[in-house]
Amino acid sequence: MTPPTSTAVFVARGITKVYRMGEVEVHALRGVDLELFEGEFVVLLGPSGSGKSTLLNILGGLDIPSAGSVIFRDHNLTQATERELTSYRRDHVGFVFQFYNLIPSLTARENVALVTEIAQNPMKPEEALRLVKLGERMDHFPSQLSGGEQQRVAIARAVAKQPDVLLCDEPTGALDISTGKLVLEAIESVNRELGTTTAVITHNSAIAAMADRVISLHDGRIAGVQHNTTKLHPRDLNW
Amino acid sequence: MISALDRKLLRDLWHMRGQALAIAAVMAAGVGLFVSQFATQQSLALTQSEYYAQHRFAEAFAHCKRAPRSLLERVSAIDGVAAAEARVVANVTLDVPGLLEPAVGRLVSRPRTGSPLLNDVYLRKGRLLEAADRDGVLASEGFVLAHGMEPGDRITAVINGRRRELTIIGVVLSPEYIYSIRDGEFIPDDKRFGVFWMSEDELAAAFDMQGAFNELSLDLEPGASGPEVLAALDRLLEPFGGVGAFERKDQVSHWYLSNELAQLRNVGIAMPLVFLGVAAFLLNVVLTRQISVQREQIAALKAFGYSNLGVGWHYMKLVLVIVALGTALGAAAGAWLGTEMVVLYTEFYRFPFLRFTLDPVIVLQAAAITGGASMLGSLGAVRAAVSLPPAEAMRPPSPGRYRPMLFERLGLQRLFSQPMRMILRQFERRPAKTFLSVLGIAMGVAVFVVGFFFLDTIDYVIDVQFNRMQREDMTLTFNQPRSLSALHEVKSMPGVLHAEAFRAVPATLRFEHRSRRLAIMGVSNDSSLNRVLDARLARIVIPEQGLALSRKLGEVLGVSVGQRLQVEIKEGARPTREILVSALVDDFLGMSAYMEIGALNELMREGQTISGVFLTCDPAGQKVLYERLKATPGVAAVNVKQAALKGFTETLAKSLWITTIINIIFATVIAFGVVYNNARISLSERSRELASLRVLGLTRGEISFILLGELAIVTLAAIPLGCLLGYGLAWALIEHMLDLELMRFPLIVAPRTYGWAAVVVLGAATVSALVVRRRLDHLDLVEVLKTRE
Repeated sequence: MTPPTSTAVFVARGITKVYRMGEVEVHALRGVDLELFEGEFVVLLGPSGSGKSTLLNILGGLDIPSAGSVIFRDHNLTQATERELTSYRRDHVGFVFQFYNLIPSLTARENVALVTEIAQNPMKPEEALRLVKLGERMDHFPSQLSGGEQQRVAIARAVAKQPDVLLCDEPTGALDISTGKLVLEAIESVNRELGTTTAVITHNSAIAAMADRVISLHDGRIAGVQHNTTKLHPRDLNW
Repeated sequence: MISALDRKLLRDLWHMRGQALAIAAVMAAGVGLFVSQFATQQSLALTQSEYYAQHRFAEAFAHCKRAPRSLLERVSAIDGVAAAEARVVANVTLDVPGLLEPAVGRLVSRPRTGSPLLNDVYLRKGRLLEAADRDGVLASEGFVLAHGMEPGDRITAVINGRRRELTIIGVVLSPEYIYSIRDGEFIPDDKRFGVFWMSEDELAAAFDMQGAFNELSLDLEPGASGPEVLAALDRLLEPFGGVGAFERKDQVSHWYLSNELAQLRNVGIAMPLVFLGVAAFLLNVVLTRQISVQREQIAALKAFGYSNLGVGWHYMKLVLVIVALGTALGAAAGAWLGTEMVVLYTEFYRFPFLRFTLDPVIVLQAAAITGGASMLGSLGAVRAAVSLPPAEAMRPPSPGRYRPMLFERLGLQRLFSQPMRMILRQFERRPAKTFLSVLGIAMGVAVFVVGFFFLDTIDYVIDVQFNRMQREDMTLTFNQPRSLSALHEVKSMPGVLHAEAFRAVPATLRFEHRSRRLAIMGVSNDSSLNRVLDARLARIVIPEQGLALSRKLGEVLGVSVGQRLQVEIKEGARPTREILVSALVDDFLGMSAYMEIGALNELMREGQTISGVFLTCDPAGQKVLYERLKATPGVAAVNVKQAALKGFTETLAKSLWITTIINIIFATVIAFGVVYNNARISLSERSRELASLRVLGLTRGEISFILLGELAIVTLAAIPLGCLLGYGLAWALIEHMLDLELMRFPLIVAPRTYGWAAVVVLGAATVSALVVRRRLDHLDLVEVLKTRE
């Protein structure tokens, strides 16, 4: 296991996010301060509506905060232009979504290739798929794969570019427990073997046990931070 | 190596192949029309200029009564004249074996040996004239083909009162007679009109024209002023009965051909624009839908670091593939259509060679226009995809805002069932989308109306022209003006039921700097055979004083009722007078100037003089009458209305039917393209909702009603709007493109046209509904509900 170093990859200060949904104004984040460290496995825990997805989107350069600052290494994400955010995502971030967001018209291998084709230092799509134990099903279309397999394709797609950070939004949210564990194992092995800083958001507190650090969110604020002295392997999790 | 994104593109395309094909087909219709019209236009124009150059088609012409050959020297000396040639040209009556009625032959002189300076013929068959030939002629190909003749065959001409056997030595074509019509007609009638080239000495002897000529052809020096040369020519020919010199642009065959080329260009631009507009509209609708379905995929792509440009270009490529497909299909269709059109043209326009050439530039232009229109059409949708912030795209779109509708606020909801309310709310929530759907289908209806209405118009023109205005059976034209006694002679001929005289006088009408040469028709207000009608088909009484002009002639001269024209008569005493324009007539064919016959006689300072006779005859006595006319020396031409009508309907109607059928095919393509796309999009947008209803226990029929009811209402609303649009487009076409000196068309759209348009669109809607219904029946309820939209 790679021990977390003390180098902060992300430094976020006072981020708030307000957006309008239809006629309603939603305060998704109300002043969040946070650091993520090199090689660390962090779980952002919170019920739905706690602002964890918004936080992840902001860390991933998908969204910008209404106020506050987010620094990724030497990039100031809050002042970045659309173009800079795009190249930030392209070069540094790997995403895994709750609903996989695979391109249905592309096979597993092609879904991964979609990312490796624009990355600077990618691994081979096949290699990435073997990493998530899908070496046998590379030429299957998403519709021919189970939910867990689809999510593992999504993980392979996220890590194939060898990102600096891996951001996972409810990666097991749409899966049953045993498939969910397989997916978590894949994420864990990426974090362990490649040393990729990993943030997983979930409302499932059981998953927290596999993290280095657990940050709890509630109503747009950080409600608590917990350091795990011993981390559980995903197969030992239970919910 | 094809990139993953491009694979997605291809699979997306395959997935939406039905819709993509429908759009490509609409594009292909536009491109096909564009390519065929322009390629035909270009082929004809190239052939024309090559033909003119090779056979030295003259640049100016002049006719006179009889001028001495010695005048030719003075003509050549006019500043700006490069070459001048004198000819004898005369119309004669022909007795053709197998043809009951007399035909008209035009005899044109040419040197016995060698070639003329100008207007040479192209030898198709047989040989040219030789020194030893007696009564030998070169005959125009159209006439020879129409009668199935061969070199060596004979025809009988009544030359100066004597029957004379002429032998066809060669079959030829001439740049002067590419479009070969006789005076007073509009459509070539090769059975009843032929041109014959005869050696100059023989022809001059037959008409007592030795040492004289009655026609001049000129070539001009480069940069010479046409009008100045013509004015000098007119002054020279004045004492010899000159009827006004004119430039090539007014030469009959050339004039018709240029008109045709101009019209091809107009139609080549207008119709494709309609099709491409519709295609662009369809692309916009389909792409908008495609993008809204793929919003999460777009978000994912952006999350991976694909740039806005990359995502935008991805969807633009989708458009471009469809454009490429449409252009390729259209170019192929256009090439095929073009060759067919060229074949059709050879029935009207006789060229020695007419090759269909498809200039790749035309295809490139079509591709550029189609690509441009399509990109423009899809720009909005692509911009929406590009500007979608990725974080927002991750979330499903917030549910559409529905609210009680007008009818509900009015308390009328009890009148509507729950499904009906769903349909109506859909309309009220997205009025713009509903309107665009209606508009799209309406375009299909409109194109159909535009494609079809021309048949109605032609039917109307034929009826008015041949049944209401020209009520004679035939028109006799004398070879020179005669006294009124000639009318009595005709009346006493066997089989003649009724006869009326007319006077036709060659003249130049001048207003300010504009002028036109034509024959002023002197007719009687008592005439029951040849009536001048206005737009509402009411009879126009020709004023005792003054001229009645075709409205188009008035426009061309820039003169209106109450103003005075300068009229220079080119016959007899050749008076020049200022004459009042007292009426403008909305007629359809050619440009005419009418005077009361007595007033015209007075203007000519002559007694009761006539140029020809309109007559009706007893069908039983027709044959005897024809025989008699063939032998009557004073009759220069016999125009049989029935034959002209037959020629008109056979040739024009044939070409019209072909264009109409093409239009109908294209309009049907549009109608299907729009309706089918509309139905498929509604289906994909609402399948989740409909599947949920099925889960709740609604039957297949009930959910079909919701979707197909919407389609039905949109289609029904589109039909009247489409008829209206079609009428507008037809009006624009008539007003701006078919307002020609040769012909004007009234805007007549018969109910049958609207009826057929409705039938075709309803048919398209029914087929599309069946396709959609089949898919609704196979809706996978579990699958649809499992995944998030």
